[in-house]
Amino acid sequence: MWRNVTESRPLPVVDYLKIPEKGEPYLEGYRCKKCGAIFLGERNVCSKCFARNEMEVIKLSDYGKLHSFAIVYRSFPGIDVPYVSAIVDLEGGGTIKGNLINIDPDPDKIKFDMPVKLTYGDALGRKDKEGNSYLSYFFEPA
Amino acid sequence: MSDVYVVGVDMIKFGRFPERSVPNIGAEAALMALDDAGLSIKDMQAMYCGNLGQANAMVGQRILQEIGQTGMPVVNVANACATGATAFREAWMSIKAGMYDVVLAVGVEQMGKGLLGGAGNSDGIPKEGLLGSGTMPCVFAEAGMEHAKEHGTTFEQFAKISVKNHHHSTMNPKAMYQIETPLDDVMNAEMISYPNTKLMCSVNVDGSAAAILVSEKKAKELGMARAVKVRASAMASDPYTDRDLVMPDVNACTRLAAKDAYEQAGVGPEDINLVELHDCFATAEMLHYENLGLCKDGDAGKMIDEGHVELGGRVPVNVSGGLLSKGHPLGATGIANIYEICTHLRGEAGKRQVEGAKIGMTHVIGLGTACGIHILEKNS
Ligand SMILES: [Zn+2]
Repeated sequence: MWRNVTESRPLPVVDYLKIPEKGEPYLEGYRCKKCGAIFLGERNVCSKCFARNEMEVIKLSDYGKLHSFAIVYRSFPGIDVPYVSAIVDLEGGGTIKGNLINIDPDPDKIKFDMPVKLTYGDALGRKDKEGNSYLSYFFEPA
Repeated sequence: MSDVYVVGVDMIKFGRFPERSVPNIGAEAALMALDDAGLSIKDMQAMYCGNLGQANAMVGQRILQEIGQTGMPVVNVANACATGATAFREAWMSIKAGMYDVVLAVGVEQMGKGLLGGAGNSDGIPKEGLLGSGTMPCVFAEAGMEHAKEHGTTFEQFAKISVKNHHHSTMNPKAMYQIETPLDDVMNAEMISYPNTKLMCSVNVDGSAAAILVSEKKAKELGMARAVKVRASAMASDPYTDRDLVMPDVNACTRLAAKDAYEQAGVGPEDINLVELHDCFATAEMLHYENLGLCKDGDAGKMIDEGHVELGGRVPVNVSGGLLSKGHPLGATGIANIYEICTHLRGEAGKRQVEGAKIGMTHVIGLGTACGIHILEKNS
């Protein structure tokens, strides 16, 4: 007898997070072939050099270094604080923002340019109206 | 092209007026500016009105419904925290273009309480606290920490900016607060987003400010005694920078507008006697000492440590109390800054008067990003 097996896969938290059928999740960038600028999310025109239709899709690195950060103590209601909001420059280009986890939220412990690694995991239990789970990315010390 | 003069300018005392309407708050400043100029609404040829919270609701026309429906053209503008400066600049341009001789610019805002920015997307799940924070205190903390990374700027140096601006506001009866905040109080206040404590965040207030701009011909007709000349009006959007899609860049945009403003005015930073700049957070003010060329790159910390930016210093910054203590009603801020500079150039700033002020600068920045800079000169 036929049985419908719907394996519930999480959805990506942002459209530049890709979850392949097989293999590990990764972040996708669009790189301008003319000037090398890297963007998050699909686009056809480069806002740096204005070239059209020169974008190539690239896989962004899972490694980078901490450019800047803030330690957030007051956020919107229901959001756990404190947490570290981090700006990370990825190896090979591209800058992304996210939570830096597995580190004390202490300015003396967090070093500029420290190496970090991307990890992927459930979006802190957050679900959308339809009850779907989401996969997010985080940074942790490398 | 005619030179443009401010002949009337005023602001209401900032505060919280939940029982009033936005047009009603704006109308008050408009009438005050008209009185300051000795003019009537009948004399106005056009109006530019800045407001964010009701950007789609014809605030300018509704102000005229309260103070005089003359039929003049009204344009409503919205440009984040540069909204008021944009309204002023549109008025300036209309006179520069030779279209009008007498124009009214109004900025008004009624604010809610609480954190600005970072509201979740409508689809999917909220990203706040998941992909970092989009709250304004955090975004500007990250910008400040970038400065700390490059120049070793400390939490204490950022905090001193807040001490200074709160001190200045004790001399400004139109500021929301007139309270001294010693360094310990600032550093030990509730941490919002390190390194910005609660006392290092601008105050959400309701407020309005208005200015009457006129052509040189009209200024001469009215009498030049209290007229203030607009030497430069510059605006820039954010040029491409490597990180600006995830980290709004308030630096490149300010530098672009500042360069344009100095060129228009034919003056340099050393000629500026006082500055009202966009201290939406203490971390932001630090960046703009350098962005506006008030000191060399890397010397911003020294500017605050050595007192150059205090009243009595080389180039006093935010003697009004700034957004940190005077308050930050978004759409009104860009004209309230112009009021402050004009008041000093007219020698009418009372206890906080910058002695001998001849040239002053205003700066606002709205994330997204818009930067507006004006250079104003005492009529001599
Ligand atoms: Zn390009």
